[in-house]
Amino acid sequence: MGAQKKRAAAAAAAARVSEDPDDLARQPLQAILLADSFTTKFRPITLERPKVLLPLVNVPMINYTLAWLEAAGVAEVFVFCCAHSKQVIDYLENSEWFSQPNFTVKTIESHNIISAGDALRLIYEQNVIHGDFVLISGDTVSNMSLTQALQEHKERKKKDNNAVMTMIIKKSKPSPITRQSRLGTDELFMAIDPNTKQLLYYEDKADHSKGTICLDKMLLAENPSISLHNDKQDCYIDICSPEVLSLFTDNFDYQHLRRHFVKGLLLDDIMGYKIFTHEIHSSYAARIDNYRSYDIVSKDIIQRWTYPYVPDVKFCGNRATKLERRGMYRALEIEQSRSAQVGSFTVIGYGTKIGSNSKISDSVIGEGCTIGSNVLIEGSYIWDNVIIEDGCELRHVIVCDGVIMKAGAVLKPGVVLSFKVVIGERFVVPAYSKVSLLQQPTVHDSDEELEYADNSSGTVEFSSIQGTADQSNGEMTSESSEAHKPKLGTGGVGYIWSICEGGQEEEWRHSVAPIPEDKLTELSEAMDDDQELVTQDRTALSTSGELISDSNASEGDDNEDSKDDSVYFEKEVEATFLRAVEENVKVDHVILEVNSLRLSYNMTSADCAGAVFYSMMKLAIKTPHSSASELQQNTANIITTWQKLLKSYLLEIDEEIEIILKFEEMCLESAKEFSPLFARILHILYDKDILQEDAILRWADEKEGADESDKVFVRQSEKFIQWLREASEEED
Amino acid sequence: EVPKALLPVANRPVLSYVLEQLELSNIKDLIVVVEGADAALRVGGWISAAYVDRLHVEVATVPEDVGTAGALRAIAHHLTAKDVLVVSGDLVSDVPPGAVTAAHRRHDAVVTAMICSVPVSGLSEAGSSGAKDKTKKPGRYNIIGMDPTKQFLLHIATGAELEKDTRIRKSILRAVGQMDIRADLMDAHMYAFNRSVLQEVLDQKDKFQSLKQDVLPYLVRSQLKSEILINGAPQGQQAKENGNDKVSYRILANASTPSFHELYALGPNGSAPVRRTHKCCVYIASNSKYCVRLNSIQAFMDINRDVIGEANHLSGYNFSAQNNIIHPSAELGSKTTVGPHCMLGEGSQMGDKCSVKRSVIGRHCRIGSNVKVVNSVVMNHVTIGDGCSIQGSVICSNAQLQERVALKDCQVGQGYVVSAGCEYKGESLARKEK
Repeated sequence: MGAQKKRAAAAAAAARVSEDPDDLARQPLQAILLADSFTTKFRPITLERPKVLLPLVNVPMINYTLAWLEAAGVAEVFVFCCAHSKQVIDYLENSEWFSQPNFTVKTIESHNIISAGDALRLIYEQNVIHGDFVLISGDTVSNMSLTQALQEHKERKKKDNNAVMTMIIKKSKPSPITRQSRLGTDELFMAIDPNTKQLLYYEDKADHSKGTICLDKMLLAENPSISLHNDKQDCYIDICSPEVLSLFTDNFDYQHLRRHFVKGLLLDDIMGYKIFTHEIHSSYAARIDNYRSYDIVSKDIIQRWTYPYVPDVKFCGNRATKLERRGMYRALEIEQSRSAQVGSFTVIGYGTKIGSNSKISDSVIGEGCTIGSNVLIEGSYIWDNVIIEDGCELRHVIVCDGVIMKAGAVLKPGVVLSFKVVIGERFVVPAYSKVSLLQQPTVHDSDEELEYADNSSGTVEFSSIQGTADQSNGEMTSESSEAHKPKLGTGGVGYIWSICEGGQEEEWRHSVAPIPEDKLTELSEAMDDDQELVTQDRTALSTSGELISDSNASEGDDNEDSKDDSVYFEKEVEATFLRAVEENVKVDHVILEVNSLRLSYNMTSADCAGAVFYSMMKLAIKTPHSSASELQQNTANIITTWQKLLKSYLLEIDEEIEIILKFEEMCLESAKEFSPLFARILHILYDKDILQEDAILRWADEKEGADESDKVFVRQSEKFIQWLREASEEED
Repeated sequence: EVPKALLPVANRPVLSYVLEQLELSNIKDLIVVVEGADAALRVGGWISAAYVDRLHVEVATVPEDVGTAGALRAIAHHLTAKDVLVVSGDLVSDVPPGAVTAAHRRHDAVVTAMICSVPVSGLSEAGSSGAKDKTKKPGRYNIIGMDPTKQFLLHIATGAELEKDTRIRKSILRAVGQMDIRADLMDAHMYAFNRSVLQEVLDQKDKFQSLKQDVLPYLVRSQLKSEILINGAPQGQQAKENGNDKVSYRILANASTPSFHELYALGPNGSAPVRRTHKCCVYIASNSKYCVRLNSIQAFMDINRDVIGEANHLSGYNFSAQNNIIHPSAELGSKTTVGPHCMLGEGSQMGDKCSVKRSVIGRHCRIGSNVKVVNSVVMNHVTIGDGCSIQGSVICSNAQLQERVALKDCQVGQGYVVSAGCEYKGESLARKEK
């Protein structure tokens, strides 16, 4: 008995020991929450309030993210604030997040940062991340469990130190017509290894002109099986190893998480870092990236896909709300007229008053709103303290805090009214317009701005505006109300932003309003045309081409490519050579330059010899001359001057033959003036030791069997060749 | 000198393996298409002798170098059935063709291709057989894209395309959502075609030469935007009414959920089909099935070895306790051993102290004493002198090896005489053409 007990104890001890290193390694899970999306998609609202504080079903977005992180077992969150950092920090300080047990929230503030890459570099410098961390942006709503993904990540990491990141993905098939996902993001193409779940290819922001995906052949050589997905959605939740931060620091040009970082890692085969994916099936994860996803995620929340983060469950910062029939949520102290109709899937915030005969459906109404009578609200998001007077109509719009809509005003679908805008009586705001008290920032034309224009925003602008934003609220209202009264009807206050970048064309894609029917049909027709074009191309190719299959067609392309390449190469060499002549560059330097060209175009030294010779001859013919003999003299001079350059590419006899062939070609085509001089110049080249007699003789031999027309120059230089032959015989 | 279809695999013409499988699947109306009149004569002769009572076989001759598509074009008027199964005569497989046709009919596909995994047998033993291991890594024959249910063929790259980056059309990916791309599968050259579609394609695209490289990729490419019907414009409508007539791929197959083709065809509004599609299906042979094409000497040796070795159920012979087949009429000298995975044809004689390992020896061979035959194929009527050593070689019929010849990784042509004491390695010996 005793012995047995001892053994059991020993075993237990052993087990404990074996667990120990694991325990040691198990550090509290950390998370980095980027409280700035570095985009401009939510302008003009984000000019006044950071995106993470925008209310999503009456709760600021960041609360969803933080609540999820807490539930998912994250112990420490670093909230990275950039634009409107003061507002974010103030909000967090006043919220309960700083006082949660087992969950610490720390803020990191910076103003001069324009991208997620910069933010991560800054965090790296602060040296606060010690283990694996969750990288998430503050506009993500999720209820997934991290346990499994985290475990997978850790196990992979143990086996392979290069597995630095696990991306969470979710199935979501983009619409074949609009080619964007339900959340309004562009379609995404990913290649994933079905066994290891390694991410092999990532293409977002699909380039519509390109009808094909190009997988590197090495990819298939290494992985016999690949799944190509178009039906997945990137949730923008990443589990990262600490290496990720240092990678951002090493590659200081990485800005965008996906476009630069993920693609960079996938392309870089030197370091061999790998990214894996984890697919979630039943749980929810989505990022609010644009107005459309704002709309969709709000609806998902109301329809309880995101449980427990729904209005009637108190998770943080939301007021008690009761769920009634047909997905209707009501907060307390609502004054609702008896004749008002509140339809299904609607949320009504605390202290809101609704007048008689008003109809509300599929909408979210914030706190303290006053809605008059005979108002129609459909599929809209109305934030706090909005006053809507009698007879207004709102369909699929976003109305921010403090907006006043005078009686009879109409908002067409897709309109966004920023803070404290006043819409005049009976004024109709056209569809998709954005109205703000702030003037639209002028578009800067510097290249850098444009480069990041659509992905990383001009936070520089932000911060400058941000300073003025708060104070300007007061001043500008008075100014602007006078200057722009007519724009928003009588008594209206605010500016209608002109739609820039992308234009109205693209506005509907990301707007809160559903995509109008006519757009859909238009698009599907366009798609059909598209398809037809593609197939027509194909048939055209297959009927006209000698060989039919696709492979041959593309082969032809390749040939063209290489042909193009050699033409460019020749031109570049010529330009280099001419510059060398003009500027008297040393021969050695020219050789260096030509060599670098050779490397970049992947040419052989025969190509170089040909190109250099060609440019020399071109120069000779361009030098003014009156007679053939003068031309010959010129050529001789040039050859003498530059013989060293030419010789450095004449390593073998093949290259010399190449020169002769090139010369022949020139005489026949581009520089016919040389043709009478062919034999003489050949002699010069021989005299200068550029061509050996072997080369000339072999050239002559090769031409023996050629067509008569090809033999013109052989015959012209017959004497010379004869002489060479005799000379060599004599030597023998 | 021997038509490829008649090359002996375990002492039976390779064609017999295909015919046998077809017979098993109850496919009895066959047309054997042979290139060249001379070869056709011989193949026809063999078939009529072997299958006269069992199968309805027609032998058609086509001129040389017309390619597989050309061959089908030439015999198009012979085809009458709704679906046509096209099999390459050099396929040694135990995958039932019936399964392929069943998959084809179930989806009412335009084409169904059989796909098998890339053979590993030859490569894993490349060291021992060693004849032609040019490639260090496993060979890649095709890049094949399928839908996640592995029923539909979405992308196929053959030949020269393999060396380039793979390009995949986004439109098809959009339609299907997910595509599995495999580089470890290959096209086994067994296709079931819808006859009318096949004929239409062959008529329209008169440049198409090969089924594998032209017709199949074309059908796969155009599956979402089928052009097959466009020429016979009203045909589409008729087909719908005629129901099960020749072009009936619009009619829903008895699949429980509509495939992406149908969803795609339905268009955005779920209204009447607006797009023409056709289906290209695959049938994937399971890994346990044997499926190899005889298309190189290496493959020839591998197949011979496999058929008497691991895939011995194909050969149709009964194996002895030693796991080999020695024809009763074969004579063995004293102390001669015939190892497992060997076959000795009828009437062959072996001298004393010989050893045969993993090899096939044909009929009426005379083998002297002290001969070693390892990993080789010796066809019929071969004479091998005393003291020869043969490794990894193919020796064709009527060849003669004189004494003490040592061959390694060689091919000896028909009727060639290797003089005494010669040693060759990795060479191909044949009579000089006169």
